[in-house]
Amino acid sequence: MLTFDRVTVAQGAFRLTADWSVPNGARVAVIGPSGAGKSTLLMAAAGFLVPVAGRILWQGQDLGPLSPGDRPVSILFQDQNLFPHLTLAQNLGLGLSPRLRLTPGDALRIEAALDRVGLAGMGGRRPADLSGGQQGRAALARALLRARPMLLLDEPFAALGPAMKADMLGLVDEIAAETGALVLIVTHDPADARTFAGQVVFVDAGQAAAPVPTETLFSDPSPGVQAYLRKD
Amino acid sequence: MARGAGALTRAGVGVALVLAALTLGTLAVVGLRAESAGFGPADVAALRFTVAQAAVSAALSVGLAVPVARALARRRFPGRRLVIGLMGVPFLLPVLVAVLGLLAVFGRGGILNAALAELGWPPVSIYGFSGVVLAHVFLNLPFAVRMILSGWQDIPAERFRLAAALGLGPVQVFRHLEWPMLREVLPGAGMVVFLICLTSFAVALTLGGGPGATTLELAIYQALLFDFDLGRAATLAAVQFGLCAVTVAVLSRLVVPSGFGAGLDRVPVRWDTRGAGLRLWDMMVIATAALFLLVPLVLVVRAGVPGLAGLPASVWSAAARSVAVALAATALAVPAALLLALAIHRGRGARWLEAAGMLPLAASSLVLGTGLFLVIHPVVAPERVALPVTALVNAAMALPFALRLILPPLRGIEAAYGRLADALGLAGWARLRWLVLPRLRPVLGLAAGVVAALSMGDLGAIALFAGQDRATLPMAVQQLMGAYRMDQAAAAALLLVLLSFGLFWLFDRGAARADI
Repeated sequence: MLTFDRVTVAQGAFRLTADWSVPNGARVAVIGPSGAGKSTLLMAAAGFLVPVAGRILWQGQDLGPLSPGDRPVSILFQDQNLFPHLTLAQNLGLGLSPRLRLTPGDALRIEAALDRVGLAGMGGRRPADLSGGQQGRAALARALLRARPMLLLDEPFAALGPAMKADMLGLVDEIAAETGALVLIVTHDPADARTFAGQVVFVDAGQAAAPVPTETLFSDPSPGVQAYLRKD
Repeated sequence: MARGAGALTRAGVGVALVLAALTLGTLAVVGLRAESAGFGPADVAALRFTVAQAAVSAALSVGLAVPVARALARRRFPGRRLVIGLMGVPFLLPVLVAVLGLLAVFGRGGILNAALAELGWPPVSIYGFSGVVLAHVFLNLPFAVRMILSGWQDIPAERFRLAAALGLGPVQVFRHLEWPMLREVLPGAGMVVFLICLTSFAVALTLGGGPGATTLELAIYQALLFDFDLGRAATLAAVQFGLCAVTVAVLSRLVVPSGFGAGLDRVPVRWDTRGAGLRLWDMMVIATAALFLLVPLVLVVRAGVPGLAGLPASVWSAAARSVAVALAATALAVPAALLLALAIHRGRGARWLEAAGMLPLAASSLVLGTGLFLVIHPVVAPERVALPVTALVNAAMALPFALRLILPPLRGIEAAYGRLADALGLAGWARLRWLVLPRLRPVLGLAAGVVAALSMGDLGAIALFAGQDRATLPMAVQQLMGAYRMDQAAAAALLLVLLSFGLFWLFDRGAARADI
């Protein structure tokens, strides 16, 4: 269970509060107007922003003392998810060992992970040789290898076309199912939430509301959600 | 994030401490050994001359660089990249070679005086104040051009488009776009040149001298070599240090544009400068600047080629020593600069670490050398360690330039990929190995090339202490000049140029081309 325990995160004058929990293995979409703090919520969970108040807990353990790399978290950013100077195999290898000390067994796992996301045999290529969709797949393959119990996605597929994005969300769904991971995905497209997520966190006016079932959110929207859906 | 990063940061702090010991520590050692601390009228004259020539050199270099940079910024023509490349040459050119080239043009037997004699006009003299300033302008004008040009290219092309849409002419474009940029960039560029000229040694040694044209660094040399007057040397060095420290402090508050690196080859489309008169003016400015730089260089090469094969063995062994010293200085300075940059980037005490990285700019390499020799003297005969000491001094003196080159791209790498590296737990050595080094490689190559070339051309500490049998190549050139064996001096100077730029090219291209 991921718990935001009366958390306040500050970025300059901006404040974001959250006070709720989601169970293991849940699929949660984070939606809301631009600039409302959707990414801020993910950055706090990933350890890039330190809360000014409250605690973030995983299975009851305070994540505060852990640096980003040590948290039970894999994260995909909006961009820069792969090192351009390393091959795909090396980029994936960093998910297994930050020092890139890989055993022959690791090499097999990397090849299998590439195969799993449809990039079989492309381990020797550099990110620049790949399309945007393929780069997203490679980053997901690394998350598969890391097999952390939380997968945070900060609009990583926003630049892809609709069909490609649907493919990628399908892949995320499969990978999360295989690793049993809790998924938090930031999106500006309510349709993503409908197709992918069982629950939705609505972020607005400095507050990340407690997750509600996706159907409830859309069938019985609060005034804030109504305003957001109309504007977008 | 902290795993292994601690050791690297500690090493960076260690570099800062070594730099402080090398600069401030050696000054203290020399000062403590002093019996008196005289600062006579001759020293006051040296101080006055130093400041005056540096101020005039900086004003002329930057003032003349503006039209050249403007012409290069708004004209596209075949060979433009070559001209911009040429502007990068004098900064790395061994100072003695520049002096030889200028003598060939403006010296007593130079082509200018030959032409004046034909016309029946009196000859001009390159020695004294005007000669020192001429050499400094020759060495620094191109560097100023590159700094100002990079300022020009930081003006977004969209601004020029907007200016054209509003129908602004060249005068209005200058007023609204170019002047605000210049007002920001010129003070920094001028102060950099001023600082470089403050500690000038080889130019003053060859073209200055005498009561009227002695810089502080030259006065230190004379106090040490002729009088072995440590007190005077220490006092002079302290004055020079104070002067440079104030300059560096002022400089740290100014915008200092980069004179190196990529991005200088873009030309935004301009609509305001299409007039034929402006075009003619720009091409004349560029041609004049190119000739001013090229003619002395060509004359050095022409004078040097015939004697190259017949150079005495002593010159070749001096060349070998210089290359060894340059490689050692590079091996010291580049890793040290990288460690210091990493520690600065981590943020704790960054201001102090960065200041330590700038210290050598304020130091006298002669005092640095003298201090080291005083420390070493009781342990081992100074001549025997002349070359290692020179390598260390050269590494320290070139480190600020390497640091300036490394720090901005390091910050760029961390800004772009730091988060991803953190998310994957890449810290310490692993981060260095898999993120920083591969992405920084071209810049490290450039920095290594700059350090090697600067060390090759330096006629500093070694001039004081090494005997004939430990001379470096610049020293051999200077000795040949002093003995008026100008043909051999020219040949040795050509060898010096070839080796300096050869090393620069090897490091710079080697790092850029190698597959990552």
